[in-house]
Amino acid sequence: MGVGIEVNNLNAWFGKAQVLSDIKMSVKPNQVTAIIGPSGCGKSTYVRCLNRMHETVADAKVSGDVTVGELNIYKNGTAAVDVRRRIGMVFQKPNPFPTMSIYDNVAAGLRLNGFRNRRELDDIVERSLRLAALWDEVKDVFKKKSGASLSGGQQQRLCIARALAVQPEVLLMDEPASALDPISTGKIEELMFQLKDQFTVVIVTHNMQQAARVADWTGFFLMGKLIEFDKTQKIFTTPADKRTEDYVTGRFG
Amino acid sequence: MLNRRNRIPQQVSFSRRATNWVATAAAASAALLVLAPLFAIFGYLVYKGIGSINLEFLTHTPRPVGEAGGGMANAIVGSGLILGIASLIGIPLGMGAGVYLAEYGKDRYSDAVRFTADVLNGVPSIVIGIAVYALIVLRQGHFSAFSGGVALGIMMIPTVARTTEEMLLMVPNNIREAALGLGIPQWRSTISIALRSAASGIITGIMLAFARVAGETAPLLFTAFGNQFWSLNPNQPTAALPLQIFTYAISPFDEWHRQAWAGALVLIVLIVVSVAAVRLAARRGSVRHTA
Repeated sequence: MGVGIEVNNLNAWFGKAQVLSDIKMSVKPNQVTAIIGPSGCGKSTYVRCLNRMHETVADAKVSGDVTVGELNIYKNGTAAVDVRRRIGMVFQKPNPFPTMSIYDNVAAGLRLNGFRNRRELDDIVERSLRLAALWDEVKDVFKKKSGASLSGGQQQRLCIARALAVQPEVLLMDEPASALDPISTGKIEELMFQLKDQFTVVIVTHNMQQAARVADWTGFFLMGKLIEFDKTQKIFTTPADKRTEDYVTGRFG
Repeated sequence: MLNRRNRIPQQVSFSRRATNWVATAAAASAALLVLAPLFAIFGYLVYKGIGSINLEFLTHTPRPVGEAGGGMANAIVGSGLILGIASLIGIPLGMGAGVYLAEYGKDRYSDAVRFTADVLNGVPSIVIGIAVYALIVLRQGHFSAFSGGVALGIMMIPTVARTTEEMLLMVPNNIREAALGLGIPQWRSTISIALRSAASGIITGIMLAFARVAGETAPLLFTAFGNQFWSLNPNQPTAALPLQIFTYAISPFDEWHRQAWAGALVLIVLIVVSVAAVRLAARRGSVRHTA
């Protein structure tokens, strides 16, 4: 099941440059939350702070509180790898492991963390591929064919299946469809409706129509600040802030 | 060389077609020129050496001077022993250094490691032999396969380290991010994702280093030393093919000259076979990229 995320006083830096200031947000469980905003506003950095991927970049710093379910992910003694197992991530460019078969790609997260039960692994791989709506397309070849041999859209759904196989509570998606054609994009968006039954989904997008289509909640970021966070319908019809209105009506950004 | 792929439609002007033809011919002959010495050497080796290769040559130790027959079996096995020791030293140390440089080292210390590796690569092999002689042979008081292996292993390190580093740097970073994002610890991701993605290039580098030291003679002169008899003890002076070839080639005896040629041919063939076998095995272990 999905869990909620409470973000308080979140600040992030690259070296001396502050890219996020004082973010406060309450992400609801089992809902799709979209993060929108112009390029460079900090929206990718924001989601990377939610599963401690931000700190993998040299010189990156972060402060503040992020609580996922009951887990304070920045508390001393919380291991980054444990956080990332509970909060899966899908990246902008599909990035399947090139030397692995489709099956091995999906199994990688569990296997490389020491999971060895073959039968259960088979089940999880099939379930994850079904959840990611890829099963029907690959079921005959998924043990032999390399993940890199799939089309871009299929690769991205493979990456989603790979993230789901670890059975996370939250799925972060960083512009998951921006490198895909409209049909593949449609499939990914459709997927999000189904995924929110089991997971909390946070998606970064600079496609406002996409946010309007898939998200229950939308947060608008500008220059490292969260300007407005509300129900998607409210953001797109009667935003409280002038800057949000300017952005969603296409007057800038 | 100028096959159908290079054919150009009629409407293209004569001068452009002529330029294309000349450029293609130049590239093709350059390629031939590169291959020619290799085939010349190999051909000459076969011509001179094949006559002396027989079962006895491959299964017996050398006979005393003046007696016909005998072989280099002990040198073949000795070379295997020394190269095995060298690989045990050179491959893990080299790969370890390469992994450090590519995945962890972004500081001045790694610049120092990189520079040292490049310098070590340029150190003449006989100098490495003398150093190992002073550090190991003199202290132990005897020549040995072990000291020979150490000398060759040291020579393998820089090549293995730099190819490992370069191949790892070619693995796209988003693959590493994917692994980290799944909660896979970095050491595990380095071994199972990054190294695995770079495996074929790293194996090529290792085999290059292996093939290079397999023919080294100078560092073995005062380490492994050579031996006319069987010895499988790594603490004893041990025969090696390059040493045996060297000894026989500078001798005044025709029979030994013939055997030196045969030894050279065996050495080349063994190197080619081991490189090919490793590559085949590596290819079998990886998934195909198409259906």
